[in-house]
Amino acid sequence: MKLSLKVNGKKIEKEVDDNTLLVSFIRENLNLTGTHVGCDTSQCGSCVVHVNGKSVKSCAMFAVDANGSEVTTIEGLEKDGKLHPVQESFKKHHGLQCGYCTPGMVMSSIDLLKSHKNPTEEEIRKGLEGNICRCTGYQNIVASVKGAIGKV
Amino acid sequence: MIGSKVERKEDKKFLTGKGRYTADITLHNQSYAVFIRSPHARAKIKGIDTAKAKKASGVIDVLTGKDLADDKIGGLIAGWKIVSKDGTDMKCPAHPALATDTVNYVGDHVALVIAESLQEAKDAADLVNVDYKVLKAVANTGDAMNAEAIHEGIDKNLCFDWELGDKAKVDEAFSSADKVVEMDIVNNRLVPNAMEPRASIGDYNSSSDELTLYTTSQNPHLSRLVMSAFNALHPEHKFRIVAPDVGGGFGSKIYPYSEDVVIAWAAKRLQRPVKWVCERTESFLSDCHGRDHITKAAVAVKSDGTVTGLKVDTIANLGGYASLFATVTPTYLYGPLVLGLYNIPAAYCNVKAVYTNTAPVDAYRGAGRPEATYLIERIMDKAAKEMGMDRAEFRKKNFIKQFPHQQCLVHNIDSGDYDAHFDKALNLADYAGFEKRKAESAAKGKLRGIGFSTYIEACGIAPSAAVMSLGAGVGLWESAEIRFNPTGNISVFTGTHSHGQGHDTTFAQIVSDKLGVPVENIEIVHGDTDKGPFGMGTYGSRSLAVGGSAISKACDKIVEKGKAVAANMLEAKPEDIEFKDGEFIVPNTNKKKTMGEIAFACYLPGTYGEIKSPLPEGMEPGLKETAFYDPVNFSFPAGSHICEVEIDPTTGETKVDTYTCVDDFGNLINPMIVEGQIHGGLAQGIGQALYENAYYDETGQLVTASYMDYCMPRADNFPEFRIDYTCTPATSNPLGVKGCGEAGAIASPPAVMNAVVDAIGTEVTMPATAEKVWRALKDKKSAQKKAA
Amino acid sequence: MKQFNFHEAKNVKDAVKASSKKSAFLSGGQTLIPSMKLRLSSFDDVINVKNIKDLQGIKVSSKSVTIGAATTHAEVAASKDVKKAIPSLSHLAGMIGDAQVRNKGTLGGSIANNDPSACYPSACIALDATVHTSDRKIEASKFFKGMFETALKKDELVTAVEFKIPESSSYVKIPNPASRYAMVGVYVAKHKKDVICAVTGAQAVVYRCKEIEKELGNNFSSDSLNNLNLDYSEMNSDIHASAEYRASLVLSAAQKAVANCK
Repeated sequence: MKLSLKVNGKKIEKEVDDNTLLVSFIRENLNLTGTHVGCDTSQCGSCVVHVNGKSVKSCAMFAVDANGSEVTTIEGLEKDGKLHPVQESFKKHHGLQCGYCTPGMVMSSIDLLKSHKNPTEEEIRKGLEGNICRCTGYQNIVASVKGAIGKV
Repeated sequence: MIGSKVERKEDKKFLTGKGRYTADITLHNQSYAVFIRSPHARAKIKGIDTAKAKKASGVIDVLTGKDLADDKIGGLIAGWKIVSKDGTDMKCPAHPALATDTVNYVGDHVALVIAESLQEAKDAADLVNVDYKVLKAVANTGDAMNAEAIHEGIDKNLCFDWELGDKAKVDEAFSSADKVVEMDIVNNRLVPNAMEPRASIGDYNSSSDELTLYTTSQNPHLSRLVMSAFNALHPEHKFRIVAPDVGGGFGSKIYPYSEDVVIAWAAKRLQRPVKWVCERTESFLSDCHGRDHITKAAVAVKSDGTVTGLKVDTIANLGGYASLFATVTPTYLYGPLVLGLYNIPAAYCNVKAVYTNTAPVDAYRGAGRPEATYLIERIMDKAAKEMGMDRAEFRKKNFIKQFPHQQCLVHNIDSGDYDAHFDKALNLADYAGFEKRKAESAAKGKLRGIGFSTYIEACGIAPSAAVMSLGAGVGLWESAEIRFNPTGNISVFTGTHSHGQGHDTTFAQIVSDKLGVPVENIEIVHGDTDKGPFGMGTYGSRSLAVGGSAISKACDKIVEKGKAVAANMLEAKPEDIEFKDGEFIVPNTNKKKTMGEIAFACYLPGTYGEIKSPLPEGMEPGLKETAFYDPVNFSFPAGSHICEVEIDPTTGETKVDTYTCVDDFGNLINPMIVEGQIHGGLAQGIGQALYENAYYDETGQLVTASYMDYCMPRADNFPEFRIDYTCTPATSNPLGVKGCGEAGAIASPPAVMNAVVDAIGTEVTMPATAEKVWRALKDKKSAQKKAA
Repeated sequence: MKQFNFHEAKNVKDAVKASSKKSAFLSGGQTLIPSMKLRLSSFDDVINVKNIKDLQGIKVSSKSVTIGAATTHAEVAASKDVKKAIPSLSHLAGMIGDAQVRNKGTLGGSIANNDPSACYPSACIALDATVHTSDRKIEASKFFKGMFETALKKDELVTAVEFKIPESSSYVKIPNPASRYAMVGVYVAKHKKDVICAVTGAQAVVYRCKEIEKELGNNFSSDSLNNLNLDYSEMNSDIHASAEYRASLVLSAAQKAVANCK
C-alpha cells in the first residue's frame, strides 16, 4: 500500500507491505533508528512514538494504519539545535544510563506531562507503567519528569 | 572535576535517538539470520532435514552443527578451572555452538537459516524439520544429583564438589557453641534482561582476510581472544570485534555466546554480512541466567551473641553447560564472601555445582556476592531473633572493627568502618521510630516490617596473581592508552566497556583533573579491538578501580614526560618542575608552560631556524602513553541498607515503603553517576526479592519466557530511595575507589526479605509474591490454631 | 508476520462486506497485533474499523451510557460524561493496560476478543449492558461465551455498548504483577432491583458470582462477605495465582469494591 504521512514534520510517501509494523517502517524504511525494539509482546515501551500527538507503541501498530497521520519520533524533538525540555530534564537529572529505553521513556513522559499538567509522584510512576527500564530503577526518570513539569 | 556531579557527555546522543546499537547497523548486501532452537529441554537429535528450507524463497543457506564441525570451529569454553575437594578437575561437557547430537535446554542452538530478508528467514525456519528423540529432562536444582546423567561421563550431573575453609575448626566452633541456628535458603533464578536484546553482525572482507563482528559485548577483547584461541574462528590480528553502544549488560553480555561464534563463522563462510537480532523471547531462553542456589547454612553462636562459626552447604545450578564464568561465580566470588563483614573466626563452605536441562547460568549483577550476602544476612537476622537480641545490636557486636583484617577464608580487607555506615543508616531510616510506624500500619489493617542488610563485597575484580592462582584462565588487569593530540585534545583508550555506566564522563573527569584539560576536550574510546589496547572489559565493579587506575597511571606517565620536556624548554631540572592545574611551573619563578604547549612541543622535535628543539636530546617525539594496571588486592565496598515494607494481609501484597542505604564506596568520582548505579542495583535486588523468578516446569519448559509472565519491576513498584555515604578510601588503587556497580543488587534482597519476614513473622522464599506471603500467613494462622 | 491485505473500512457495511474466511477486524490492535507478531494467529484480510465514524463517541442518557465500539480506553477514561454517570466505568478504562495501550485499544476490540483477564467484560456484565452489533443487539449476559469466545458471528462487528447506569458501582482490579492484566477484577454494581457482582480474570470467562450477590442482596456491606468461602473448583490456576488464592482475591476485591460503592 502507498503510504502518505508526516514524520517529524516532513512529508513522506512510500510504498510498504501491508504487514509492516510502524516501528519497522520507522527504523528500516526511514532509517530513524532512535526508536527501539525491546520485546516482542508490546510491553517494554522502547518503541513509543507519538501519532497525532498521542503516545503509542509503534510495535503494536501497522504502518498503513498511520496513513495520513503526523508521527513524531525521538529524532523529531530537538528544535533548532535545542533539546526539548523533557530531553533536557533527563540529561540534568541523570534519567538515563544505557540509553536503550530512553527514547520511548522520553516520548511517554512528554505525553504524560501533556495529559497531567501537574502530576503527583504516584501519577508519574503509574503513568510510566508501559515503559520498562533495567538501569535506573526509575528513580531519576521520575525525577526527570518532575523536573519538566510546567515546561511541556 | 573529581567528586562533582558532571552531567554525562554521552547523554545527548542517546536523548536524540543517535545512539548506535548493533541492531541499528545496516551493512551493504547484508543477509538476515534466524536460529532454529530446541523446543525440548533434553533430546537426542536424530536428524535435521533442511532440504525444504534451503529451497524456500530468498534462502541463502541453512547451516547445522555438522557444517560447523566440518569447518573445525571449536566449542564454547568455561574459563575458570575449579578443582574439587578430592583433587580432581571440574568436569565440563563439550559445548558446540550448534548442537550436533543432543540438545540440553529449551532454546539450545540447532541450526541457522540465512536469507535475503528477515521475513524469508523466519518463513524458511518453519520448514526446517528436526527429528528429536525427547528424553526425560532434569529441570530442578535440588534433584540434579539424583537424576540420570545428562552428559555422558559426568556422574551425578556434578561439575565439581568444591570446598573452602577449615572444616575441623568449624566443627569445633559448633561443638562449643551455646546455640546453633540453621537455615534453608533458596536463591531464585533470574533473567538479566538488559533492555537491548543481544545482536551480532558478521562481516568478512575477502580482500584483506579481515573478519569483523559487531556485537553486544561487555568486553570485546576477551571475546576476540576466546573466539580466536578456542573457537579457532579467525586469527586474532585479523579479527576485529566492535561493541558499539550496548544497551545494558548486567553480566549477561560478558561472554561470547553461540550466536557470536556462529554469526561470525557464517559471514566468513558465505563471504557476506550476516545479521542476527535476538527477540525478547529468545533472549529469555538463551541469555545466561543468574543465581539459582539452594543452601543449608548454620551459625554457631555464643550466649553473648558472638558468632564463632559458619557452615555452608550449597548446590549451584550451572544449567545445560558450563558458561565462561559460570564456575567461578558460585565458588570464589561466593564462598569467601559468606562471612559478610563479620569477624567470624571459623567457616567452611561446600559448593556442588550441577548440570540441569536449563539455560546456562553465569554472572549476573553481583555474581556470587548477592548469593553470599543473602545467606549471611538472612541467617544473622534469624540468629539475632532466636537469641532474643536486637537485630541491629547483634550485627554490630559481630562487625569487623580493625583494618586491615584477614578473614578466615580468603580476603584481606584493607579498609572500612562498618559502625559508621550502619549508625548513619539507622539514623536516616529512623529505626527508633519504627514501632510507632508499625502501630500506624496496624491501625490500617496492615503489617509493617523492617529489615537490615549490612554487606560487604569484593570488587575491582583484578589482582591477576590472586585470580590466576585460584584458577582464572587469564589475568584481570586493565589497560589504558592516552593519546595527546598536537592540537591539545585527548583520546583516551580503555579496555573496559561502558554500556550505561557513564565511563565517557567519569574517566574524562579523572583525566581532566590529572592533566588540566577540560572534559569536553577528552574523548573516551572503547568497544573496538582495532582502536585501543587489549583490555579485560567491564564486570565485577572493576572499571573504575582497575580501568580508571590504569588511566590515572597513564596520565602520570604523560605528566612525567611533560616535566622532562618542560624542563628542557624552561631550562630547569625535571625534578624541579611542578605540575599543577594544567601547568608545568618552575617554583618561585614566573617560568611556566601549559599542558597544551607541552603537547604541541612533543610533536615538534626538530630545530626550527633559531628555535631549538623543545625535546631533550634522544627523547622520542609524540605524546602517547600506555599503562597496564594490576592492583595488589580486591577492593571492598560495604554498606548498610534498611528496608521497611507494608503488607496487606488480605492479598499478601508487599509494598516497599521506604528504602535507605548508606554505602562506603571509598572516594566518589561522579556522585550523580554513583547514585544512578545504586538505584539500578536496588531495583534489580528488590526485583529479585519480590517479583522476579525464572521458572522452569518439571519438563524443563521456561514458563516465564516473556514480560507477560516474568515480572519486570516497573516505576510504580518502588518508593523514592534514600541514599547517603560514608568514606574510607581503598588502599589498593591510586584513586581510593572501591566500585559501586553491583552494591544495590548485592545488598537489597536480604534487606527486603528480612523486612517481609519481620512483618509476617514466618519464613517465605524469594520472590515473596503476594500469593506466597498470603499462604505463609494462612499457614501460620492454622498452625497457631492447631497449637491452641 | 505473515502477509495479509489491509482494508480501510469507511462504514460498517463496508467492513462487513470486506470480511472473508480468514479475516479479522482491526480496531486498536493491542492484542491482535502482538499475537500476529508472535505468529500465534494469521489472516488473509485485516479490516481496519477504527476510523468508522459510526463507531465513535459517547452518549449519555438518564438511564444509560452508550459508547461507540471504536472509542479508545483513554477517551472513556477522560470523558467527563462517563465519569459523572458511571465513575467506576471511567476508572476501569483508566486502568486497562498502560497509557499507550489506552491510546490505541478500544472497547469493541476488547469485548470482541474476550480475553479471560480483560477488564471490560466485567463492566458489561455488572452494568447489564447491551452489545450493539452490525446486525443485532445482544444482552451482555449472552455475549461472553467462553475463553476468547463470544456470540459474534464471523462477519459481525460490534458497533457500540450500552451500559445501564447503576445506583452505585465500583471496580477493583488486582493486576497480574508481570502482565498487568487482571489477575482478578471484580465489578460490583448496585442497581435498583438487584446487585450484580461480575468477576473477570478468575475463570475461563467473565461470570457473576452468585454467592457474593446473594450476601450483598441481603445486606449491601463489605462485612456481609466476611464469613464467605468461595468455591474455587472452576477458578484459573497459574504460576501467578492458584485457584484457591484467586478465590480469596475475588472476595477481598469484592469487599473493597463494596466499600468503595458508598
